[in-house]
Amino acid sequence: MSDGMEMMSNLHPFLPFLIAAILAAFTRGWLRSVIMLAAPVFGGYQVMQAVPGTLVYLQVLDLELTIYRVDELSLLFGYLFHLGAFICILFALHLKDTLQHVAGLLYAGSAIGAVFAGDLFTLFVFWELLGLTSAFLIWASRDERSFHAGLRYLLFQVLSGVLLLGGALWIWFSTGDITFNEIGLDSGASWLIFMAFGIKCGFPLLHNWITDSYPTSTPTGTVFLCAFTTKAAIYAMARGFPGTEILIYIGVFMACYPIFFAVIENDLRKVLAYSMINQLGFMVVGIGIGSALALNGAVGHAFNDVLFKGLLFMSMGAVLYVTGRTKASDLGGLYRSMPITTTLCIIGALTISAFPLFSSFVSKSMVMSALLEEGYWGVWMAMLFASAGVLEHAGIKIPYFAFFAHDAGIKAKEPPVNMLLAMGIAAILCVAIGVYPTMLYSILPYDAPYSPYDMTHVLTQMQLLAFAILGVVFLHRSGRYPDEIPSVNLDAEWFYRRMFPAIFRGVKVVINVSLELLGDAMRITLGYILDKLARHHGPNGILARTWPTGSMALWVMVLLGLYMILYYVK
Amino acid sequence: MISDNLPALQVVLPLIAAPLCLIIHRPKLVWLFALFICLISLGISIELLSAVINTGPISYEMGDWAPPWGIEYRVDKISGFVLLIVSMIGAVVMLYAGKSIEHEIAPHKQTLFYSAYLLCLTGLLGIVITGDAFNIFVFLEISSLSTYTLVSLGKDRRALTAAFQYLIMGTLGATFILIGIGLMYMMTGTLNILDLAQRIPEVLETRTIRAAFAFLTVGICLKLALFPLHLWLPNSYAYAPSSASAFLSATATKVAIYVLLRFVFTIFGVTFAFEIMPMGTVLMLMAIPAILIGSTVAIFQQNIKRMLAYSSVAQIGYMILGISFASVTGLTSGILHLFNHALMKGGLFLALGGIAYHMGAARIEHFKGLGQIMPWTMAAIVVGGLSLIGVPLTVGFISKWYLVLAALEQGYWPIAVVVLVGSLLAVIYMWKLVEAAYFNNVEPSEVVVKEAPLQLLIPTWLLIGASIYFGINTDLTIGVAQQAAEMLMGAGQ
Repeated sequence: MSDGMEMMSNLHPFLPFLIAAILAAFTRGWLRSVIMLAAPVFGGYQVMQAVPGTLVYLQVLDLELTIYRVDELSLLFGYLFHLGAFICILFALHLKDTLQHVAGLLYAGSAIGAVFAGDLFTLFVFWELLGLTSAFLIWASRDERSFHAGLRYLLFQVLSGVLLLGGALWIWFSTGDITFNEIGLDSGASWLIFMAFGIKCGFPLLHNWITDSYPTSTPTGTVFLCAFTTKAAIYAMARGFPGTEILIYIGVFMACYPIFFAVIENDLRKVLAYSMINQLGFMVVGIGIGSALALNGAVGHAFNDVLFKGLLFMSMGAVLYVTGRTKASDLGGLYRSMPITTTLCIIGALTISAFPLFSSFVSKSMVMSALLEEGYWGVWMAMLFASAGVLEHAGIKIPYFAFFAHDAGIKAKEPPVNMLLAMGIAAILCVAIGVYPTMLYSILPYDAPYSPYDMTHVLTQMQLLAFAILGVVFLHRSGRYPDEIPSVNLDAEWFYRRMFPAIFRGVKVVINVSLELLGDAMRITLGYILDKLARHHGPNGILARTWPTGSMALWVMVLLGLYMILYYVK
Repeated sequence: MISDNLPALQVVLPLIAAPLCLIIHRPKLVWLFALFICLISLGISIELLSAVINTGPISYEMGDWAPPWGIEYRVDKISGFVLLIVSMIGAVVMLYAGKSIEHEIAPHKQTLFYSAYLLCLTGLLGIVITGDAFNIFVFLEISSLSTYTLVSLGKDRRALTAAFQYLIMGTLGATFILIGIGLMYMMTGTLNILDLAQRIPEVLETRTIRAAFAFLTVGICLKLALFPLHLWLPNSYAYAPSSASAFLSATATKVAIYVLLRFVFTIFGVTFAFEIMPMGTVLMLMAIPAILIGSTVAIFQQNIKRMLAYSSVAQIGYMILGISFASVTGLTSGILHLFNHALMKGGLFLALGGIAYHMGAARIEHFKGLGQIMPWTMAAIVVGGLSLIGVPLTVGFISKWYLVLAALEQGYWPIAVVVLVGSLLAVIYMWKLVEAAYFNNVEPSEVVVKEAPLQLLIPTWLLIGASIYFGINTDLTIGVAQQAAEMLMGAGQ
């Protein structure tokens, strides 16, 4: 099927957001609110009507680009991003900041454009747009810290884009086919693309942009950020590299190591950023296994993650919006003044900890079951540890320090109603999907029937959670619960709670020092090069200063002579 | 009757209008009159180009003297395309000049400006339309002499030295071109370009023709400001009045490139220039440092007009690089970039003029906080900058795309890398402006500054808007450029 006949149903899903963004720039008040909310509603309706197998081409120069491709996988993410966009926009509706509104709309639109891109070049365009538009959400904080964080963030995004472009060009020149399908790790080009996706997935050592920038964005901006970039990357990974075994090990590492950082982190939004890498680890493992069940688990978990991680970021955003703080040590006791936010945050916490009857349980257990089915016992154990870690740093630490713990005596009130509504919708969906998993299962792309609520799963999970909670209570009662580092790592033995942070702090110090040394060395070299450049190219350098007319004329003669010689010699 | 004489009118109209300006004398009226003439010129060139596309090349005999004895005016795809560029920029900048000149130039000199502007337009259009080699020289002198006047009208005193230097260098270039033409005339006895193209092959092996080729190469490269013969350009553009900078940067060097194409491809032919003579290597060896050094110098400039001037040096490098491949794709990219660069650099210089209108000059420190004070002007600069960098959906991307394709076609990977590095350097110098304008708070200053007047904004956005439009709808530009390139490549065989 091609374009023309059904223009309406084949309307490119980026367009509603683009149009809304343009209109939003020139409108104010309730009119802008209506326009902004209309974009995901209208776009979502269009996507609901879309038929799998639809392809829309666009001839650009000599290239035939598939700018719109619908299949089950892209549809799932299409639904998800429209839903996510609606919640995010609703959450940010009270703002009067045109920059954030416009950037947010374009950002959500680019994510949607990326998942419906049928070829690598279209993907690249939206991939870059994702990075660029989201950088403005970070800069929207308009302070020194966010400015630099935004630049570092953009650097990572552009690097990812450049790698993708390089890989795409390479593939194009060697095969002539730029359709974006399974790529597999069998050539240099595919490694480039793999790394491009990996950066946005938050691969270990390439993850810093997440933890660095998310906590510096605005309260509402972070919610947008957490919904789209990494999930679009998960989509791309699931399409390009399903069943690539190395992903399993990368994923395990991603699921485990952020726990230690989350433990010693004080900024609650940064804790959530680490926790996000941890959740991404589950998805990456699922993609690495590559069986239908595992892939369903991975993308299903991505779906749920947008909702519950969004909910948690929203609740922290609400706290930041109301109190102006997100440090664990500055907060506490807010449950009295913000009961609704507290409740919603706890629902998010229960979900991320994967309690049965909450959405994360139904998707995460697919990945876990797939691990067992394929016989990855060791990995399974590690993931179990990671699950317990989630409960500690996200499930308990977040609500406990924000809303309970010691009363910080902050005067607070509930956030604006649109924020509460957005959180409410996300919370309801978290529970609804947990209770009626068929809602999610019916739209999963691969064919793998699965039932989460059987004896083994529920029992394993409940045991895990129960013992983890027991651990916390025991430590609390026996007075071993430390005040300065208010965190316990339950699944790894309790004494690790000092060792690991210490080790990690040690490692961090070593890394920091060596980075600093490296940075100094670079700075000196760079300074030297810049100095040289400035000497020749700077305003008074030989290449830039105004020359006497005579010397200019001399140059002309020299060149004439050269040309003459060259032409005669031939 | 009129439609038969369009090629002559294209040149004669502004030529006659120029002295009339002096008679009308009142600046406001002169502006209206000049604008009227520019718009008619634009209409004529659109008419000519569409006629050429539909029915093929037009040959016009001046005074009914048949070529090769009489002077022939000849419009084909490439000249029609360049005519359109020149007259379009001429009209848009003239629209802008009214308000800007009123502010920048003393009242008694304003009439002079319009008169010189129309003469310059005459010269540039004449160079492109004529089919006679000596006529090219004549029009070159008309346009050059009027250009020196335009530059010297700048209010900065340094404009005078810049104009003087330009005069010396321009005269050198023109003289070289004249010597080249003279040597060719000596060997062939003809001045008509098509006739020359037929007769030159017989005498190609003589030293005279090789000397002519050398003189022409250097002379034209001087005119089009190819590195290292670009030294006259930065100051002339930096200190000329805003309208003149925009007009010259968008047209003068483009026309010089057209002259290069005419002489090298039509008269000498691809085989002679690129296979027997090392023209390709020579041009490439000049173009690459032009791109790299031009962009790097631009980064360090404090005067933003001068920065854009150096960026022009780099952009000329891109065009010449495309031409140096001597392939259809390469030529297409070069010709495309003629058009595309005219749009973006013209638009950028106009936007700078809007800033200078309030600030008195456009140095980097004037940009602080401008994102809030002059949102539309700054937005124009950002879009123009994106185009310079070569971001998709802008014209800059289209021409760079073809340039990279052309390089890869020949297997020149390192050159594709040079193009990309050039883009990165452009990111740096444009970023300087963005950082100053958007990441600095407004400093309270004594002068109350606001957005540039609409009369400046509209022409600016006409060009910037066109640079987006032609970045998306490329049918016209690529179509014509490709056909022109095929014609030029075919002409030599």
